[in-house]
Amino acid sequence: MEKHDIVIIGGGPAGLAAAVAARKAGIEDILILERDGCLGGILNQCIHNGFGLHTFKEELTGPEYAARYIDMVAEEKIPYKLNTMVIDINKEKEVTVINREDGLTTIQAKAIILAMGCRERPRGALNIPGYRPAGIYSAGTAQRLMNIEGFCVGKEAVILGSGDIGLIMARRMTLEGAKVKVVAELMPYSGGLKRNIVQCLDDYGIPLKLSHTVVNIEGKERVTGITIAQVGPDRKPIPGTEEHYTCDTLLLSVGLIPENELSRSIGIHMSRITSGPEVNDQLETSSEGVFACGNVLHVHDLVDYVSEEAALAGTNAAAYVQAGGEKENRHVVELKAENGVRYTVPHTLDVNHMQDKVTVRFRVADVYKDRYITVYYDGVQVSKKKKKVLAPGEMEQVILKKDSFGEYPDLKNIVICTEVE
Amino acid sequence: METRELICIGCPLGCPLTVRIDGEKVEVSGNTCKRGEDYAHKEVLSPTRIVTSSVHVKGGELEMVSVKTKEDIPKGKIFEIMEEIKNTSVDAPVVIGDVIIDNCAGTGIPVIATKNVDRA
Amino acid sequence: MKEWNFDAVIIGGGVTGCAVARELSRYELRTALVEREEDVCSGTSKANSAIVHAGHDAVPGSVKARFNVEGNRMMGELSKDLDFEFERNGSLILCFAEEDRPALQELYDKGVKNGVPELKIITGDEARAMEPNVSDAVVAALYAPTGGIVCPFGLTIALAENACDNGVEFIFNEEVKKVVRTEKGYDLETENGVIHTAYVINAAGVYADQIHNMVSERKLHITPRKGDYCLLDKEAGNHVKHTIFQLPGKLGKGILVTPTIHGNLLTGPTAKNIQDKEATATTAEELAEIMEKGSVSVKNVPFRQVITSFSGLRAHEDGDDFIVGEAEDAPGFFDAAGIESPGLTSAPAIGVYLAEEVAKRAGAAKKTEWNKKRQGFVRPEKMTKEERAALIKERPEYGTIICRCEGVSEGEIMDAINRTLGAVSLDGIKRRVRQGMGRCQAGFCTPRTMEILARERGMEMEDICKNAPGSHMLTGQK
Repeated sequence: MEKHDIVIIGGGPAGLAAAVAARKAGIEDILILERDGCLGGILNQCIHNGFGLHTFKEELTGPEYAARYIDMVAEEKIPYKLNTMVIDINKEKEVTVINREDGLTTIQAKAIILAMGCRERPRGALNIPGYRPAGIYSAGTAQRLMNIEGFCVGKEAVILGSGDIGLIMARRMTLEGAKVKVVAELMPYSGGLKRNIVQCLDDYGIPLKLSHTVVNIEGKERVTGITIAQVGPDRKPIPGTEEHYTCDTLLLSVGLIPENELSRSIGIHMSRITSGPEVNDQLETSSEGVFACGNVLHVHDLVDYVSEEAALAGTNAAAYVQAGGEKENRHVVELKAENGVRYTVPHTLDVNHMQDKVTVRFRVADVYKDRYITVYYDGVQVSKKKKKVLAPGEMEQVILKKDSFGEYPDLKNIVICTEVE
Repeated sequence: METRELICIGCPLGCPLTVRIDGEKVEVSGNTCKRGEDYAHKEVLSPTRIVTSSVHVKGGELEMVSVKTKEDIPKGKIFEIMEEIKNTSVDAPVVIGDVIIDNCAGTGIPVIATKNVDRA
Repeated sequence: MKEWNFDAVIIGGGVTGCAVARELSRYELRTALVEREEDVCSGTSKANSAIVHAGHDAVPGSVKARFNVEGNRMMGELSKDLDFEFERNGSLILCFAEEDRPALQELYDKGVKNGVPELKIITGDEARAMEPNVSDAVVAALYAPTGGIVCPFGLTIALAENACDNGVEFIFNEEVKKVVRTEKGYDLETENGVIHTAYVINAAGVYADQIHNMVSERKLHITPRKGDYCLLDKEAGNHVKHTIFQLPGKLGKGILVTPTIHGNLLTGPTAKNIQDKEATATTAEELAEIMEKGSVSVKNVPFRQVITSFSGLRAHEDGDDFIVGEAEDAPGFFDAAGIESPGLTSAPAIGVYLAEEVAKRAGAAKKTEWNKKRQGFVRPEKMTKEERAALIKERPEYGTIICRCEGVSEGEIMDAINRTLGAVSLDGIKRRVRQGMGRCQAGFCTPRTMEILARERGMEMEDICKNAPGSHMLTGQK
């Protein structure tokens, strides 16, 4: 059986950054498995700019950002297989893969890094009523057809969901000569970055209708019209508020779901909130030696944070391979998300083995103004930071330092929450 | 004197900016970095944007190569530039940074490739 | 203007029409099937409960009862001959109140009269022992072990392919607008031409009344009865193992909850009589009704995991029974009309019956050579690792996975396109090999599948349709 120290599932931004970090941490034998025909993942179709300000201190497009990491992987001579689909993993860390050249083979790994990314929520998940004609696309599918394949998906569009891909595609379609009539958003706030509302909608006079959803899709062959309606606080359409738009296309940008079919197949504990694995401060899942990073772990707002998180997963997986065996003298503390904080990544922290600093990332449940992000150790407030605006579309973070735990030898829990005052 | 509320597009933070405009004098508050100040000045005096798109490749391993304006260009020129981009195609190979259009829409700013595309 | 000449022509490529075609292909007749859509299985046959009913619902002595029980009996062997997916998972009809027990008993008695084998009334606790998620309110249930689940696309397409392999001609994208009686039989006028035939088999689904009424004075009237469904993720597929019906009672015609042959969970249908024979749009009210009523029989149906919803039209005839046979005042014109539930189950039996009738009428002999077998799709998912490795070695296209959710390879998609009556649209591929049927609903695999379809058919990407002509995926080159 083919054997490798670290097998990385996914050659997008997370997988690439994890691979580079693992190599820098001294692991020679790494293999990246990528299901698509090239490395870089979804970044390849994200041809807009806005990537890399944190990582490279300059503003790059998606393909440029990907190329930086692809170059690093090439420089480090890290092997990868393209057009290769992982169809199974098991607790013994055997990875079953399939591709044209090798057929169906099994690879034994010492550590696995899950970096499969996420997928878009489809229409069906929203149960939007109406017909099922051509012309209904998830925004990412339309993005691929336009940017990678070079085709126009429609001439007149309505977009449901104001996630970043939806906003970016509103501009993209407009630039390519299509008319984007409206962006409807179910929630009373946008799920995307504020700057994308400015430069993708406002710049082109595309209306954004908050607290609106699609209530009917018309058209037998191709979409001919869409009806949207306002929703009440219960998110149910309010009769009498319907507005009809003639269009040939409906784009959906209604959320991303981590792709954890493989994770589930080996019984990894999953978070109901993120739909990703629960991980410790090493980004290790409940299955020993299996690490997770990037959008398979939780959906990120910025690729820069994906790279940072993935590098940590790579470094930790390397340490796991090098040390081997169980860690002694663990002191595992659970992180609790409360009062407006929806979840935390990581989910637990080993106070005795953690790095000097651990970045805890999370999202909030609603749009809050002038709130504090507060951290408690066993009920004692240890930090408090004021934020002018908190929004679900943007990831937040707090940094926990190892030396802050010195005074808490019997620490049981850490609470991260938002507070009004 | 005029006051305008802007959202900075300099980075994903999206700081809310307040701009006081008094003739040529522009005063910015709400920004958390220098980018915000620069953006506000430009946005009220002569707004600019980076334009990104993709261009057909002949003889390449891929159908399209992604491109961008090397620097931000006047907002009013966006559609003119898009028209030029639509009428352009390139021969493989293409390397990141290759100039695809050298002076787009008379702005003096080139459109450059943002992806490597090898020959098929 | 095109002109065609046949001995027998079937109008409609749904499951009934394809079953008739397959059975007619046994005989020395020039047979054709004409379908208005681009593919078979494009109407009612594609949007239904995908159930092989045991046969206890139909009124004893009715046409429905006869063909249901016969069709059910045939399904096992047919699934082997034609290599489509079918399983007898058994069904439970739930009774929620003591006062409804007589109705349950009545259902049992009907079943026995109809010749349904192995029926048994069981207690609520027995039902819950078989199906832990069945409602606590259930007091008794009728257990029908011969009830089953089938892939409706698989069944219909297999019948069509086998018919085609045995010489039946398939004419797509031609809608029969007019049927005219002639000296030698009938002329079927379509938009592009005319089909001359001695015998007509009317299997036109919700339009069977219109076709029939063109040649007969004994008028039929079909009401499209719309039913919405919700399909849930495979993760929810084990929520029940049997098909769970509600006893028709004060709750109205119940909503069923069933696993599908491919391991999803299906709930529905609603029942709404409408006028428009094309109105296959789901409505918010009906989708809500499915969730509410589905939860009456089965606890904790994970409706969060709905991956798609759809709607189908049952062809309900005023007489409330199937109309199968030669029209009294139109010799040589045979109906298979009013084929609502249990039409999918009954189709194979209707096919045998009508083919025999037509052959008798035409005095046609059986062919000396007729192949009852149809080779199904290579299904790597069902293979051992070794078998799959060997397959990819020989056919590398089976090593490229295109649809991640359902694990469908390029090889399977190519097979769907290139085989007998191969797919010409994205939905055609989907119905044959399940590309895009999974939880992402074709988000990732649409562009790749379009490329494969364009390549294999030598067509332009811009010409690719989701299904019927006009359902273009793209609006041009960038």
